[in-house]
Amino acid sequence: MQQITLLLTSLPDGILLGFVYGVAAMGLTLIWGVMNVINLAHGPIIALGMFGTFFLFIRLGINPYLGLVPIAIAGLLLGVVIYFTAVHRVINAPHLSSLLATFSVNMIIIGLATAALTTSPYNVDFSLGGFKLGSATILGTRLVAALIAILVTGALYLFLYRTRPGKFIRAVTNNRAAAELMGVPSTRILALSFGLGTMLAAVSGALIATFFPFNILSGGGYELKSFVIGVLGGLGNPIGALIGGLILGVLEGIIPTFMETSWVPVIEFGLFVVILLVRPKGLFGAKK
Amino acid sequence: MTVLLSVQGVTKRFGGLQALTKVTFDLPEGQILGLIGPNGAGKTTLFNAINGVYPPEEGHIIFRGQEVTRAKTYTMARMGLARTHQIVQPLNELTVLENVMVGACFGQENHSLSNAYGIAEEVLEFVGLGIRSEQLAASLNVAQKKRLEMARALASRPKLLLLDEVLAGLNSSEIGNMVETVKKIRERGITIIMIEHVMKAVMNVSDRILVLDYGQQIAEGTPEEISQNEKVIEAYLGDPKLAEKLLKEE
Amino acid sequence: MKSWQKHLGLVLPLLVVAGVVLWPIITDNVSARESAFTILKAIALASSLNILLGYTGYVSFGHIVFYGFGGYVGLYFVNDHGWSIWAGMLAGGIASGILAFLLGKAILRLRGAYFALATIGINEAMKAFANNFDLFGGPIGMVLNFSVYKAYGGAAEALKMTFYIMAGLTFAALLISHFVRSSKFGLGLLAIRENEDAAEVMGVIAPNAKTWAYVLSAIIPGMVGVLFFFKNGHVEPPVAFPLHSSIELLVMVMLGGQGTVLGPILGAFAYQGMRGYLVTSDFFKDIQLSVSGVVLLLIVLFIPAGAIGWLRHRIPVLRRVLA
Ligand SMILES: Nc1ncnc2c1ncn2[C@@H]1O[C@H](COP(=O)(O)OP(=O)(O)O)[C@@H](O)[C@H]1O
Ligand SMILES: [Mg+2]
Repeated sequence: MQQITLLLTSLPDGILLGFVYGVAAMGLTLIWGVMNVINLAHGPIIALGMFGTFFLFIRLGINPYLGLVPIAIAGLLLGVVIYFTAVHRVINAPHLSSLLATFSVNMIIIGLATAALTTSPYNVDFSLGGFKLGSATILGTRLVAALIAILVTGALYLFLYRTRPGKFIRAVTNNRAAAELMGVPSTRILALSFGLGTMLAAVSGALIATFFPFNILSGGGYELKSFVIGVLGGLGNPIGALIGGLILGVLEGIIPTFMETSWVPVIEFGLFVVILLVRPKGLFGAKK
Repeated sequence: MTVLLSVQGVTKRFGGLQALTKVTFDLPEGQILGLIGPNGAGKTTLFNAINGVYPPEEGHIIFRGQEVTRAKTYTMARMGLARTHQIVQPLNELTVLENVMVGACFGQENHSLSNAYGIAEEVLEFVGLGIRSEQLAASLNVAQKKRLEMARALASRPKLLLLDEVLAGLNSSEIGNMVETVKKIRERGITIIMIEHVMKAVMNVSDRILVLDYGQQIAEGTPEEISQNEKVIEAYLGDPKLAEKLLKEE
Repeated sequence: MKSWQKHLGLVLPLLVVAGVVLWPIITDNVSARESAFTILKAIALASSLNILLGYTGYVSFGHIVFYGFGGYVGLYFVNDHGWSIWAGMLAGGIASGILAFLLGKAILRLRGAYFALATIGINEAMKAFANNFDLFGGPIGMVLNFSVYKAYGGAAEALKMTFYIMAGLTFAALLISHFVRSSKFGLGLLAIRENEDAAEVMGVIAPNAKTWAYVLSAIIPGMVGVLFFFKNGHVEPPVAFPLHSSIELLVMVMLGGQGTVLGPILGAFAYQGMRGYLVTSDFFKDIQLSVSGVVLLLIVLFIPAGAIGWLRHRIPVLRRVLA
């Protein structure tokens, strides 16, 4: 009985968080799908998104949700810059090169940000109150964030399926060589995709900043979660990432009711490895 | 005569595509079997089925008296099967010599590194790549890479050698050299299946010929029988005159 | 090839490592000894990783898991069961070897980035597991009982001893690296690296060869872990399984040149040297991580074969010496 109460308390929170995780993972998996690059700078970009909210809200007093717009634009531009400086040259090189190239961006961002912002925790003091749902308290910030996450997913879907650049992105994902033959400007599309991926990372970070305190290293944990989600939903499948995020959120809601919270990562990463082994295309992808 | 390889009712599908349909033949030791057929007929797929790259859905493959239908490629290699690839697969960052040593080290005779060194030098001499042995494999041209494929296969001292279009893309003097090489290999008593488009060459060196079309085995026989077989001429060339012309060319 | 020629490639690596070992002994300087220890540790770990990364072509992003896991196991026996450091190191090495064997059977089927991701997952899972595992002290980890050092003539003597053991482990790593590289087994690994399918067609039993390469690349890190935690006197999950150290190891291998014996050694030396300079320099110390990042990026973009690989390509005559 007590367990059920506990479950009802932690599950809604988990689900709402799951949507936001999903947005971060969508960015990672979009980049992977289009160019077969695992962006190891994903974490620091999520963290930059967090700082974006902090500075816009605390220093300039801009509402965190309104602040998403400049953060998204900055994230997009940053991604394009990263693509051209670090990724473009190694796009066809062995995986080690692109992994290390994006990791070097990770080091550069963390190094500069640590020097400028230290690693002590920052906190965005923003609240929308909350309401009771049975035994659970739903925080307004989480509910709004989840709604925004759904909106972002919808917008991404529309972009990929209804617009010309979106269709180009899907064509390049499917088969870059063929897309190039058909006249798709692949370099620009790759840069755009990378930018979209980092934009999603920054947006998710900006939303997470309204829940928890953070520093420049905080993105790392969400980057790892993004890996797990990406593999759950199928690497390269941005929409699957939202579902993967939900699964992770639900797991994080359920597991604490029957074992200690500290076991959550053991199960998450164990699951991650198992899925990589048995269904590398993700839970919903075709087998093999 | 002992049968070295027996292929019995082998069927292979790729999704909806029937790449091989009930292919059946016996290959006696010491013979050269020519495998011909239009592009996409399933010739390479037959090699892949025999050496374990794509295990067939139906049928049996028996090599040296053992059932090997689902054996791995490395098991086949260690049992004395070697092949070349139609699309060359050099180990780019290794030297030519090292490429060939891999064949000698891990083939059926399982040689030590120092024995393999000697064998590799000898085989490279034999295929005419002796002076290139210290070069990186990546630096060879296509004709040389085809020879490298051949050298790697020979260095394993195979019982059965599968040659996949070793003449394709070579100029006429290179073809002459390669045909000589194949004949010399036969003199060593190695059994060969060769896929080839250059008709004259294949008719010239093969003891028997097997013809595939759309995965079906449409004919099998001596070169003379095949060159007069209506079905073959029909399927393979469409134009009977062309067959004669091709046979005469060069 | 003449047999002495075959071992020519061992000369430079031995000289470099011998130099690093002798430097603190000659100068008789404790802080030099600490620096040399750090460099030797990096060389031993990077050379081990190179067996998998450089020879076999599998990118392990979580290689530090063997260091952490072996270290935990060894320190547990030393601390809780009174084993000597030698027996503890042996236990750590064996434990890591077994872990690699079991993992290898499972994840070496994955190729490319999928393998890399799986190794990250395993490292994180192991870290989280250690956090929960009471036998290993959970989140607090294990603190070595100070009296353990007595058997070695007190803390100062024990510290000195760890340096010599580290030197021994580094030489062992280097010899393993060299003998793998110049053996038939090593030739099979190089073939797998270049083209796994073609290697199998030539008879290389890739699943076995890869697994043994993985095991060989895990044993020394396991032993180094035991030694380092013994020296440090404690271990806790983030210290044992730092993902960024895994990546630093990749950088070292890449910097010097993967797939060569000398490359990881020079890479480790150069990387630690650069770090040492950056963290002490007034100008760079705050942004040392960024500077390292820029250097890494430049290497990846412009000399991906590493320093040794670059030299080998430019000057083929050097291939024998720069093995
Ligand atoms: N791995 C594969 N996946 C799907 N289809 C394949 C594969 N390999 C070959 N095929 C198809 O099988 C048929 C036979 O191909 P192949 O054996 O290469 O022909 P050939 O060597 O006679 O030119 C072709 O239609 C080809 O497209
Ligand atoms: Mg073919």
